[in-house]
Amino acid sequence: MKQLKSFIKKEFFHILRDPRTMLILFGIPITQLLIFGTVIKNEISDVHIAIYDQSKDETTMQITNKLLSSGYFILNQNLESTDGIEAIFKKGKVKQVIVFENDFGQKLIREGNASVQLIADATDPNLARLVTSYTTGIVNDYIKKMHPNLQMPLKTEPEVRMYFNEEMKSAYQFVPGTMALILMLISALMTSISITREKEMGTMEILLVSPLKPVQIIIGKVLPYLILSIINGFIIVSIGHFVFGVPVTGSFVLLMLETILFILMGGIFTPVESMPSWAQIANHINPIYYLMRMLRMIILKGSGFFDLLEEFIALSGLGILFLSLAIWKYRKTT
Amino acid sequence: MTLSSPDEYQKNTIMNEQIITVQNLVKKFGSFTANDNLTFDVYRGEIFGFLGANGAGKTTALRILCGLSAPTSGEVKVAGFDIYRETEKIKKNIGYMSQKFSLYEDLTIAENIQLYAGIYGISSKKRKAKMAELLKNLELESAKNKLIAGLPLGWKQKLAFSVAIFHEPKIVFLDEPTGGVDPITRRRFWDLIYEAASNGITVFVTTHYMDEAEYCDRVSIMDAGKIEALDTPAKLKEKYNAKNMDEVFIQIAR
Repeated sequence: MKQLKSFIKKEFFHILRDPRTMLILFGIPITQLLIFGTVIKNEISDVHIAIYDQSKDETTMQITNKLLSSGYFILNQNLESTDGIEAIFKKGKVKQVIVFENDFGQKLIREGNASVQLIADATDPNLARLVTSYTTGIVNDYIKKMHPNLQMPLKTEPEVRMYFNEEMKSAYQFVPGTMALILMLISALMTSISITREKEMGTMEILLVSPLKPVQIIIGKVLPYLILSIINGFIIVSIGHFVFGVPVTGSFVLLMLETILFILMGGIFTPVESMPSWAQIANHINPIYYLMRMLRMIILKGSGFFDLLEEFIALSGLGILFLSLAIWKYRKTT
Repeated sequence: MTLSSPDEYQKNTIMNEQIITVQNLVKKFGSFTANDNLTFDVYRGEIFGFLGANGAGKTTALRILCGLSAPTSGEVKVAGFDIYRETEKIKKNIGYMSQKFSLYEDLTIAENIQLYAGIYGISSKKRKAKMAELLKNLELESAKNKLIAGLPLGWKQKLAFSVAIFHEPKIVFLDEPTGGVDPITRRRFWDLIYEAASNGITVFVTTHYMDEAEYCDRVSIMDAGKIEALDTPAKLKEKYNAKNMDEVFIQIAR
């Protein structure tokens, strides 16, 4: 125990004293998470809109209030004619103009049909699609509640509900994704680098000559990174939760246990060659297997493209295979 | 204790007590024979020099004795233990220092000592006392909390040696311990070796510096995987009618 304790202490010294290691361990995950979180978005918030309300009755006012209180939209300005619409879009700030026709509320009640025009800036088609569909949703929702007897302006409106991620928040996708990526990076890269460093520096021989048992050396190498991975996982989940509002619905302990399992079983500490033969064969369809090989070869051996040809072909093949499967599956479901 | 010259060193080799016995040791790498049928004994308390040109097979033999490499065939006993079956016991009784001085550059002197003391299971009370003594001997007390990376090479080597014998092993293996430093610094290093030997530690050292060969009690000279000569430096010089070990070596290794 004392032997192991001294060894683990030393590993922590290595990690804590190397700024590059610290940067990879903690700088990358946090930066990545924050960048992904703010740049990649599938939901909208605070989109600037302009409203041309020709009716200015109670109904249009309430719809406007509803739109603006949703958190998705900010009123940039009220328009008094249709003339300025193009000019507004050219300025770039406003992404959508909503036009209510004359006597909107009256028509709605009397004729059961009133029209609202949504004009979107489609230079970003994805955003335009999101903005118009959010608006449609809010308008329909309001009318349905206020006038339950009325037929909807849009004749058929499918009611969509996104289970587990009701608001289609992209954070739900990239928080676990980043976690997997980071843990792979830490567990795979950092531990193998730390072992290679011992070999390069000649200190590995000292460990091998000493009474330290191989199991102690392995545990001594794995445990510090395991602890750091758990801390990292905790940080990622916390940022996900407090900054991006991703809930952890299940058990946090289970999450961490699965994480540890991934680190230990990822073929990082158990060389593929020492796995049972069925596992070795199965491993060939695991993209991480090739990624690991390539990472190690490039980083540690300085291999060039042609040295990696086999891995490259295998990984490309798998990529095409999985992509085709995804497309095939997609076709079948739509 | 620091000795000013090798002449002051009191020989306490016990010639009848073998601490390393090697019989018909063979090590092959594929078709290449690195160690060709080596047979020799090392006695307790002596400084045994293992000489040879680069590639003669001396490091291979030393690595086998340390348990870093397995022999192809032959019988080897280190500190009375069999190299095939009792490696764990051997490990507790030997120290090792390689040409790439064996300390962690990003750890301080004190942290390196604590690490080795921990690995060899030395109690913290004993460690503290020994560490104070070691630092005093090497005049490194003020550098105790400095990183190894910032020390001059000569200091690193002396410290690495002191750490290698910190757990008071029966034998210490030194693989070209003084590479890359000037003769005066080498001389200082050898003072430490004499001190260790006078404390009863057997020293097994490989080198290709012939001035160092003169300091050994006995030397073996290897060439192309074979031991070509093995005796005291004085007798070797006599036998080969040479002024110094350099000439002996040149005649053997050609």
